[in-house]
Amino acid sequence: MNALPLILTVFVACAVEAVEALTIVLAAGITREWRSTMQGMAFALVALAAVVGALGPTITLLPLNTLRLVVGALLAIFGLQWLRKAILRATGYKALHDEASAYLREVAAAKAAARSARGFVRDWYAFTLSFKGVLLEGLEVVFIVLTFGANQKDVGAAVIGAAAAVVLVAVTGVLVRVPLAKVPENWMKFAVGIMLTSFGTFWGAEGAGVSWPGNDAALLVIVPCVAVISALYVMVLRSARPAPAMAPAGVQEGVAGL
Amino acid sequence: MNTVIRWLKSVAAFWYDFIVGDDWQVAAMLVAGVALTAILVHAAHVSAWWLLPIVVVASLGWSLHRATARKP
Repeated sequence: MNALPLILTVFVACAVEAVEALTIVLAAGITREWRSTMQGMAFALVALAAVVGALGPTITLLPLNTLRLVVGALLAIFGLQWLRKAILRATGYKALHDEASAYLREVAAAKAAARSARGFVRDWYAFTLSFKGVLLEGLEVVFIVLTFGANQKDVGAAVIGAAAAVVLVAVTGVLVRVPLAKVPENWMKFAVGIMLTSFGTFWGAEGAGVSWPGNDAALLVIVPCVAVISALYVMVLRSARPAPAMAPAGVQEGVAGL
Repeated sequence: MNTVIRWLKSVAAFWYDFIVGDDWQVAAMLVAGVALTAILVHAAHVSAWWLLPIVVVASLGWSLHRATARKP
């Protein structure tokens, strides 16, 4: 299979996670202290590298059918979580993830927290905030890179997609020094949810022993079908929702974005 | 000891939230769908490629219905 869909899917998924991590790092760095924030980020990256180092070789050693069965099912569950949230946000049943307000919340909490030094870390709050943010968002990136890469037998292509996303978001964040609020995050999550669900369904069924009609070409049918059905769910939920409840401006923007 | 138990609980809660997420029924339906597909393929020799897509679409619809039925 062409590596481009793999690279693009991993790129978009990782860009979403990187934007969320950037918001937390910026809040910690600007309001507290950059040195401790960078230390926290560096420790998180080392922890993530350790996870990749431990899981990567193990996951690629599994027989392909077992890998596809387990990982396919997990990926489909994971993808449905993203898709479910994106649909609920697009239809106003769930508040849109707003990086600007998330940033303000983190800034307020960071300003209120007391300052304390531990060992070589001058500001423990900035360190832990940055560490947790990067580690948690990074774990999703690692999961997507390993599962997509191992299933497609092309971890290198998945790493390229992830690295490109992280570098692009990091460079943009350094240049603008504000949360990337203009990134159409819900739209991106919607697209990634469709891709994760489609690939998960395809691999999960293959792992269970199914031979898809058309083999890999079946994905060219599954992906558009999942997209169309998801769009139909959005339309149905929008039409079922009473008009006054759809009033908030942020929600309207999100719906328009889809 | 209490600290260890608390830590183990928080680790378990993190992985549950990471993998299963907001609606455990979606995960349960997916696992059942994969298991049923394997049974149909290996025991009944049915080419059940159509089953998992149906389960995916149905579980998403069911989960959305449950999430929106509670809210105005």
